[in-house]
Amino acid sequence: MSRGGDDVNADDANAHEDGAPVGRRIVLGVAALGAAGIVTGRTVQDHLARWLAPIQNADPTGLTGLLPLGATFRYYSVTGSVPTKDASDYTLEIGGLVDHPTTLTLADLQQMPQTTLVRDFQCVTGWRVPEVHWTGVRLADLLETAGPTPEAKAISFGSFDGAYTESLTLEQALRSDVLVALQMLGKPVTHDHGGPVRMYVAPMYGYKSTKWLSSIEVTDQVVPGYWETQGNYDVDGWIGESNGRDDEPVG
Amino acid sequence: MNPSVEPAAAPSIGAPTATAPSTGATLIRFDRAERLVHRSVAILMITCMTTAAIMYNGFLSAPIGHRRFVKLVHVYSGFALPVPIILGLVSAAYRADLRRLNRFSPTDWRWLRSRTRRNGTIRVGKFNAGQKLNSALSGGAIAVLLVSGTIMYFPDLTRLAWRTGSTFVHDWFALALGLLVLGHIRFAVADPGSRRGMSTGTVMAAWAEQHHAAWADESSIDSAPVDPAPLDAAPLDAAPLDSDPGSTVMIDP
Repeated sequence: MSRGGDDVNADDANAHEDGAPVGRRIVLGVAALGAAGIVTGRTVQDHLARWLAPIQNADPTGLTGLLPLGATFRYYSVTGSVPTKDASDYTLEIGGLVDHPTTLTLADLQQMPQTTLVRDFQCVTGWRVPEVHWTGVRLADLLETAGPTPEAKAISFGSFDGAYTESLTLEQALRSDVLVALQMLGKPVTHDHGGPVRMYVAPMYGYKSTKWLSSIEVTDQVVPGYWETQGNYDVDGWIGESNGRDDEPVG
Repeated sequence: MNPSVEPAAAPSIGAPTATAPSTGATLIRFDRAERLVHRSVAILMITCMTTAAIMYNGFLSAPIGHRRFVKLVHVYSGFALPVPIILGLVSAAYRADLRRLNRFSPTDWRWLRSRTRRNGTIRVGKFNAGQKLNSALSGGAIAVLLVSGTIMYFPDLTRLAWRTGSTFVHDWFALALGLLVLGHIRFAVADPGSRRGMSTGTVMAAWAEQHHAAWADESSIDSAPVDPAPLDAAPLDAAPLDSDPGSTVMIDP
C-alpha cells in the first residue's frame, strides 16, 4: 500500500479529510484477496490440512481444531440436545423383515468380532478428516445373525436423537467396509461424535453414517433419510460420485 | 448498548443542548439515518457471528443442535446485512462520512505510526485512521463473505473447486472480521463519549476536542454562517456565532 497524500496540501486547514482514497483501495484489495482465495482455496486448504492433520489429531487441547482448515470434525446435530447414553442404558434394536429380531446392549456388541478400518471421513459439505481409526462390528455380521427374510431389500437406521434417519440398500449394507462403530480415533466413540454407537459407512458421505444409532430396521424398500428429504442429498451417497461432488473416493 | 436507542427526536439544529443530559456544549456527529444503519448492521452482524460460532464450534453446537434453523438464521441475516449499508446512501450525512472514511491524509499515516496517537497531540478529523482502516477492512470482508456465502448456499452456481474455495475463504474471512468486530466493540466499551455519539447522535464538545480536534474546529467554522435558531428552539447556554472555536456550541456541519 502506498503512502497517501499525493494530492494533498498538508498545510491546508482541512487536510484531515482529504488525501488519497486509501479506503477504497483497501476494500478492493480485500475483495481481490477473497476472489483469489475462492479460486485457489481448495489447493491451499488441501496442503494446509495435510500438513497440519497429524498435529490436529494429536492435539490434546483441541485448540488447533478451532482453526478453519476444513480437516477437523464439525458437529452436526439436527435436533436440540441429544440424550447421553452409556453402557448402562444403551440398546440397539434390530428388527423389521428378519427371522430373529433382537435387542443388543453395548456389552453384547463389544463381545462380537471387531473389525478395524483406517479411512478418511468425508463430509458432503467439503471437510475431510484423513486417516481416522474406526473399530466396530460389521453390519453384515449383525444382519447375518438376524436373518433377513426373502422380501428384505433395504435397511433403515434410527437415532436416539429422535429425528435422524438414514438408509442403505441391502447390498450396500453387506459391504465389508460398513461398520456399526464402537470406537473412533482409538477411543470409544464420544457423545459428540455420535457415541456410544454410530454407523460408519466408509465409501459414502458422512450423512450416511448415522450418529447415536438406536435401531436397524430391515425394510422392503429404501426409505430416504433425514437430509435426503430435508436437504435434497442423494440417497446413494457415494463419495466422489454423488451430490455433484468429485472428491477422491475413500477405499 | 443503550436500549433507548432513538431519542424522541433527533437533536434539532439550533437546539444543541436540548437533549444533552449534562451541561456543556454538544456537537452533532451522526444523523438519524446513520445511526439506524449502524444499529441494523450491528444486530445482523451479531446474529451472523453468534450463529456462525454455534455452527462452527462443537462445544456450542452440541448442546444447541437445531442445525437447519441455525443455518437458516445465519444465511438470511447474512443476505440482509448489506441492505442497510446500501440504503444508507440516501442520507447526505452518510455519504459525506463515507468520503471522510475513504480519504487517508498524511496526518492519518502519522497517527498510525505514532505510539502516543491517542493523547490528542495529533489533531485528527472526524474519524481517526484506525476507524478508517476498520471500516475499509470490514467493508471488504463483508463483500467477500457475501460472495463466498452465496456460492456456498447455491451449490449450482459454480464449479465444485470454487465451492470448496468459498468455504475456505468464508471460514478465514469470518474469523478475521469477527476479531475486527470484537476489537471495534472493545474500543466502544472503553469510550462512553464515543458511544453516546452513536446512540444519541451528539457528542460533548469537550470529547470532540480531545479525540477529534480537527473535526471540532472544522464544525465550528462550518456552522458559523448557518446558525439562526429555529423558532421552536432557544439556544440555552451558547453563543453559536462565537468565533472562538473549541469552546462553543457547534451545529451540524
